[in-house]
Amino acid sequence: MSHTIAQLSAILATVAFILALHWMNDPKTARRGVYAGVAGMVVAILATWAQPEIVHHGWIVIAIAAGFLVGVPLSRVPLTAVPQRTALSHAFGGLAAGLVGVAEYYLWLREGPEHFTTFRMTALVAEIILGFLTFTGSLMATGKLQEVKWIPQRAVTYPGQNVVNLGVLIGAVVLGAFIVANPTAPWAATWFPGIIALALLFGVLLIIPIGGADMPTVISILNAYAGLSAVAMGFVLDNRLLVTAGALDGSSGLILSIIMCRAMNRSFVNVLFGAFGAAPKMQATGEQKEWKQESIEGAAQILEQARLVVIIPGYGMAVAQAQHKAQELYDQLTKRGVTVKFAIHPVAGRMPGHMNVLLAEANVPYSALVEMDEINPEMPQCDVALVVGANDVVNPAARTAQGSPIYGMPIIDADKARTVLAIKRSKNPGFAGIDNDLYVKDNTWMLFGDAKAVLGDLVKQFSTSGMH
Amino acid sequence: MTDYWSMAFVFVLSTFIGLGVIRRVSRLLHTPLMSLTNAISAIAVVGSLAVTGADYPWIIRLLGAVALFASMTNIVSGFLITDRMLKMFKKE
Repeated sequence: MSHTIAQLSAILATVAFILALHWMNDPKTARRGVYAGVAGMVVAILATWAQPEIVHHGWIVIAIAAGFLVGVPLSRVPLTAVPQRTALSHAFGGLAAGLVGVAEYYLWLREGPEHFTTFRMTALVAEIILGFLTFTGSLMATGKLQEVKWIPQRAVTYPGQNVVNLGVLIGAVVLGAFIVANPTAPWAATWFPGIIALALLFGVLLIIPIGGADMPTVISILNAYAGLSAVAMGFVLDNRLLVTAGALDGSSGLILSIIMCRAMNRSFVNVLFGAFGAAPKMQATGEQKEWKQESIEGAAQILEQARLVVIIPGYGMAVAQAQHKAQELYDQLTKRGVTVKFAIHPVAGRMPGHMNVLLAEANVPYSALVEMDEINPEMPQCDVALVVGANDVVNPAARTAQGSPIYGMPIIDADKARTVLAIKRSKNPGFAGIDNDLYVKDNTWMLFGDAKAVLGDLVKQFSTSGMH
Repeated sequence: MTDYWSMAFVFVLSTFIGLGVIRRVSRLLHTPLMSLTNAISAIAVVGSLAVTGADYPWIIRLLGAVALFASMTNIVSGFLITDRMLKMFKKE
């Protein structure tokens, strides 16, 4: 009877999870997806809890209560902190998988060798390696995104780094393979913690050479790992629901990783082992052109006379918390009959979809948020491209400069607009450390300053209305 | 004896279902998608729950309880923040 309930609830939960993801295909039905997900989860938890093997309830209640205590505040972080919250939750996912794997291993040791089939042991080793490397890797990513002091934000590279990193991973896999082959050997239990240590170490090493611009891809890859570790747990525990839900998460991480990699014209291997920040600096060629600066009044006039304004936000907008000012500017211009669109590059920000969420928070309607592929054909008709804290995603060097680290990366064609206004905090190059020709083009005018302050000043020009 | 091949079969099929469904997810919603799948993959909660509640030595149950706490945190914060973000997406 309890077996039937468990299987039936697993099927129900699987259906609920698939529907949850299906409803995410449209913002109109997306919230229904959350309810379906919650329903599936509640069914799964209750059915498991009701199994006759569950005899101790105290710790379960405590752990669940603690989960609520920590989870609720984590869900209320400012939206600019969503990338680090996401990375942190990947860490929790990895940790859970790793710990359950360890618990199962020691259980099997106690209960006897009949548990140690090759298949199960392989799944267990995979669960532990994936779980623990996701744990420390995601913690490192969280630290970098949160700008914790003792974790360097920039990509840190040293000679032989890839050899060291791969060596540690291979070490973990080889040690795991030995233990899978001789699970009952007396040395196996002694060496088992070695797999855990190597996986934990590999997670740290994996993220050290990752810079901020690569974070969207890396978060997606860690998402896939977290899903796969749940799948491995499913194989270990002989639980189909874990396999299906983990596979859904894994495929989501995979698709997002592919989209992010394509948007940067790079491969997985290149992101993980190619350290973006280490790219050699381009030699300055030809004559150095000068920036042209524009005043706030001048910029406001240019904007007001436009028919189509395309705002291109980047990570700088998130850092400056400028999304609300961007929305006010959107309002002011729309009121004056100017068509305003936001052009969203897939890797703008620090995680997939980061810009969309920030602008939605600021009440920009999502019909004004346009993807790169849709906006680019319109750019030659665009009167003003307003770049807000974006840099590499509008750098024309991606189209022309062979040998540039961003060569071949699809960009938003800001340079094709009739006029470009670029808000930039300082005259330093962007995250990838590459000069941006866009800023010195004949039709580009710079507005130096904090994105929030500059947008605020622009809005003030319109609202106090010295403008006619 | 567990039928591992049928488990592998389930894994392959669910991956393809996942790929098919997630390819259609609106690009606007990639951030909420990630927090939603995060909450869903915290289905590891069922494994942790089974380890925590069964009649095992306390040290093993403690590992389970920590895993249960981690999964539960992901479930609660994942679903709540997904809903919070989705509420903000308005057409006009």
